Formats: sequence, structure tokens, C-alpha cells
Amino acid sequence: MLTKEQVRQVAALARVRASDDELTGYVAELGRILDHVARLQEVDTEGMPPTSRALEQRGILREDMPQVPLLRETVLANAPDERHGMFLVPRVVEE
Amino acid sequence: MATVYETVIGLEVHVELATETKMFCGCPTAFGAPPNTQVCPVCLGLPGSLPVPNARAIAYALKAALALECEIDPECRWDRKNYHYPDLPKGYQITQYARPLARSGHLRFSITETNGDTVDREVRIRRLHMEEDTGKSTHEGLPGTSTGVDLNRAGVPLIEIVSEPDIRTPEEARVYLQALRTLLLYTGVSDVKMEEGSLRCDANVSVRPVGEDTLGVLVEIKNMNSFRSVQRALEFEVNRQVDLLQSGGRIVRETRHWDDRREITFSSRSKEEAHDYRYFPEPDLGPCDLTPAFVEQTRQSLPELPTAKCQRYISLGLSGYDASVLAMDPPLASFFDAMLRAGGAPRESAALLTVELLGRLNATGIAIHDPACRVTPSALAELQKLVADGTINGKIAKEVLDEMVQTGATARTVVENRGLRQVSDEGAILEAVRSVLTANPVEVADYRDGKEKLFGFLVGQVMKATRGKANPALVNAVLRRELQGRSE
Ligand SMILES: [Zn+2]
Repeated sequence: MLTKEQVRQVAALARVRASDDELTGYVAELGRILDHVARLQEVDTEGMPPTSRALEQRGILREDMPQVPLLRETVLANAPDERHGMFLVPRVVEE
Repeated sequence: MATVYETVIGLEVHVELATETKMFCGCPTAFGAPPNTQVCPVCLGLPGSLPVPNARAIAYALKAALALECEIDPECRWDRKNYHYPDLPKGYQITQYARPLARSGHLRFSITETNGDTVDREVRIRRLHMEEDTGKSTHEGLPGTSTGVDLNRAGVPLIEIVSEPDIRTPEEARVYLQALRTLLLYTGVSDVKMEEGSLRCDANVSVRPVGEDTLGVLVEIKNMNSFRSVQRALEFEVNRQVDLLQSGGRIVRETRHWDDRREITFSSRSKEEAHDYRYFPEPDLGPCDLTPAFVEQTRQSLPELPTAKCQRYISLGLSGYDASVLAMDPPLASFFDAMLRAGGAPRESAALLTVELLGRLNATGIAIHDPACRVTPSALAELQKLVADGTINGKIAKEVLDEMVQTGATARTVVENRGLRQVSDEGAILEAVRSVLTANPVEVADYRDGKEKLFGFLVGQVMKATRGKANPALVNAVLRRELQGRSE
């Protein structure tokens, strides 16, 4: 069973802010999804290769040829703030 | 009796690959460009953009893995490692988790002990995988409450090389790292410059009582920015852990940073919650598809690697120490190999190169592969041959080399222009010997009274009289004969 504490932790990892009421709602909604997946888990997949994607496209590569990058003013146009050509964000201390 | 502790070290090394463009987009990777001038929607993580792997990055990673004797997974896959940080625009890093490119390799190297002996070591490589680099955060020159983010480096191709915990001393960790750097230099997949961040090293360190099988509590050390600081940081950390245990303390599993100026490691005091990266398969990328032919072709493209080079030099008669000095320095090894191709004798060429030429270059701060080094491998090989065939003696060779270093002239030109050919004409030498004996009657008498050391003095006088050009072996023989003749 999914607990409220687990939902709170996942929300924190994903940097999603949720009120206590919202968390209660998510426990029920996410719980239904997990129940569905639990049913799929019952299917015997012994000997089946895992499917990590719908289309098994292989070996699509790109030549190592430089393309023209974006203009810096375009890059920074949507930045909340900038200084010396850098995005300016609230100070981060710990790694 | 006090407990004796054993150190256990494993290294995680990140290497930037020397591609023209990033791992998943065509942005250039040149070092030192102004901030945010090498970015595009893919490496900015803008919605709707899709990654496409760089063929050369994969080829380079494969080459490194083969050089490390790894087993290759031809269907290796990409995963997302999820975490939030301003220098990671997508909120996840594309890396390889469950199916890395390579596993189970080895790095072989030798360590020179204090008594001059070399000891062969082998460290197992647990895995080698491909991933993309992050951007760079800075605080300098910015308002106190903000961080500046430059995304030029975001998406640059990296390989991460994880060793098994086979390293037993801080010195060995440094030598492992230097050997890894040399190996990668030979393959040409990276310029591996620690000072520019294209080679980065983190260490896992623990100590345990000797004889204990289980590992002690692991501490991760970051921020070691030079080979020297790797050794210093690990020495500090090992002492810290042993002192802590001996005084009855407990080691905490944590990440510590090395402070190069204060020469200590300090706890970065990150939050206690363990990292939870929630890895899952990258849905935007299919598995790799490395054909056996491609893997084989890449293996064939590897140059002669340091271990093989070192063995070859030893088989040519070099000492283990000289062989390793040459093999561990790609420009020096290539100079030496060119001397051999020009017909230089191995041992004599190695001595001429590592002692005489390098000594002169080091004194002026010139590197062997620098255009300012005016002596070519074939010119140095010629000098060696002039000594070997008796055209000049060893002492004159040093004078000739002085001029070669200064003017770039060939050995033969210097010898001819300055008339330095060795005098092997017995008549001329006999004449010089007789005049020296006549001019030094006191020394001759003392020699006969048993002061054998004076023989060297008399040889020196003869060499001086011939301006150093006399064949020393002949001088010795003639002088001995003349002294004996006169004593009878
Ligand atoms: Zn880009």
C-alpha cells in the first residue's frame, strides 16, 4: 500500500509542492495506477526480453559535425535574470 | 598492541572525450568559449527537442574500453538519472546504468619503490559507461545571494571509469591515475587535462584492520584537482580515519571535499537523506548497436599501448625503470621510437635521450615535442652512431649535443666544422703521452711508488693536450705501456 509519506517524498524529489489535502488525493490516484501495474506484474514474462520503448530503433547516430549554436541573446531571452552572459539563479551551496 | 590498518581505495574517473560536438547535439565543445555561446534547444533541455547520439563519441568510448581490456556490451543502453540542480537543465542526466558500454577491464602499471625497484600492479576496472556532462555554476563576481550558470559544458560527452577497490595506498592511487591518463593519451580519445577539467577524479576510501575481509565505512572524496592533490587528499583522509578509529570514534558514511590550500578534507554537510536518482530507461533513445565488425575494427585501430611498449623496450635491453619512463610519456616514447627507426642503438639512445637531451631541455624549460626543441630524433640517433663507430668519444658527444640544442645543426656538421673527430692515430697519441710524461716527472715518480690514482690524472693531461679528442681507450693502453716501459 502506498503511504502518504512515500508520496510526500516523491513530491520532494520532483520538487513538487503539495498541500496536505492534495497529498491525500494523490495517495488515492497514484494508488489506483500502482494497483493497475501490480496486475500487469502478475503476467508471466519469463524469458521475454524487456521492452524499454515501443519502437526498437537501433543505431541511429549523428556525424560529429558542429552546428551553429543559438545566439546568446536568444538563449537568455527567457531567463528570469542574467549576468555576464550567465543564467542567474538563487544561490546553491551544497552540491 | 595497536591495531594495524589497511587502506582500501576505489577511484571514479570522469574523462571528457575530444569530440568536435556534444554527446546528443551538434553544439561545439571548444574549451574557454564565453558563457552560453555553445548551446541549443537539445542541451538547454527545451521542450520538443530530441537527443541523437554522436557516432564519434561512441567510437571513442569504445576505444577507451578496449584499451582497458574490458568486455563490451554491444547492446548497451541509455538511462535517465533524475535530480535537480541548476547546471542540469533537463532535470535528469542521460547516462548508462543497468547496461553500461563495458565491464570487467584491467589497468596495468608499475610503481617505482624508494629503493629504485619497479613493482607491477594491476587494478581491475568494474565498469566504463558513457554519459553527458553538466553545466558549470559560479559565484564569483555575482551578487551574494545568486549563482551564475553557464551551460556550454552541458551535454559534452564523458566516460566514467570505475575501478574495483583494489588500490592500497594513496601513492598507488596517484600512479593509477597517471597510468590511466597516459593510456588515454595514447588512444587519442581525450586530451585528459586535469587543470581544464577534462580528467576528474573522485575517490572512495575506507580503512580496515589488516586481515579483515569486509570493507570499512566508505567515505567519498571530491574536488581533487591535480595528481598531487589526489595523493595528498587520500593521505590526509586515511590518517583521519585511522586516528578516529584508534581514539574510539566511528567513521560516518559521507562525502568530503578536499581543500587544496588548507590541505584537509572537510565534510560537505549535505542533507542526511540518501540520493534517490530514480533511474529508468531513456525513452528518447534506442539501444546501441555495436556490430562485431565495428568492435573488431576499433580494436585493430588501437596503437601500441604503454604496457606493450614497456615490454618491448625491456626486450631491447633497457632497464625496467628506463622502459617505464619512456613508455609513460607519449611524446618521449615517440621520439625514442623514431631514434630506433633511424638506426640508433636502444640502450645508448635511451641514455642520450633521457639523460643528455632531456637534461639540456629541462634546464631551458623546453618540452621534447616543442618546436623550440631543435634536435630531431634522426639527428640524435646520428650522434649516437658517431660515438658507436668511434668518430667521436663520449665526452666530445656532450659538447656536440650542446651545439645541436642551440643551433639545430646535425651531429656530423658540428663534428666536421669544429674538427672534433676522435684521434685514434696511435702515433699522435704516443707523442702526446710522451710529452705529458716528460712534463710531469713528479707525478710519474709517485705513480711508480704506488700512487695508482695518479694514472687518472695523467690520462686527464693527455686528453687536455689533445683537446679532448683522443680515443680514451687508446690513451689508456698507450699510457700504461709507456709507464711500464719506463719503469723497467
Ligand atoms: Zn546543444
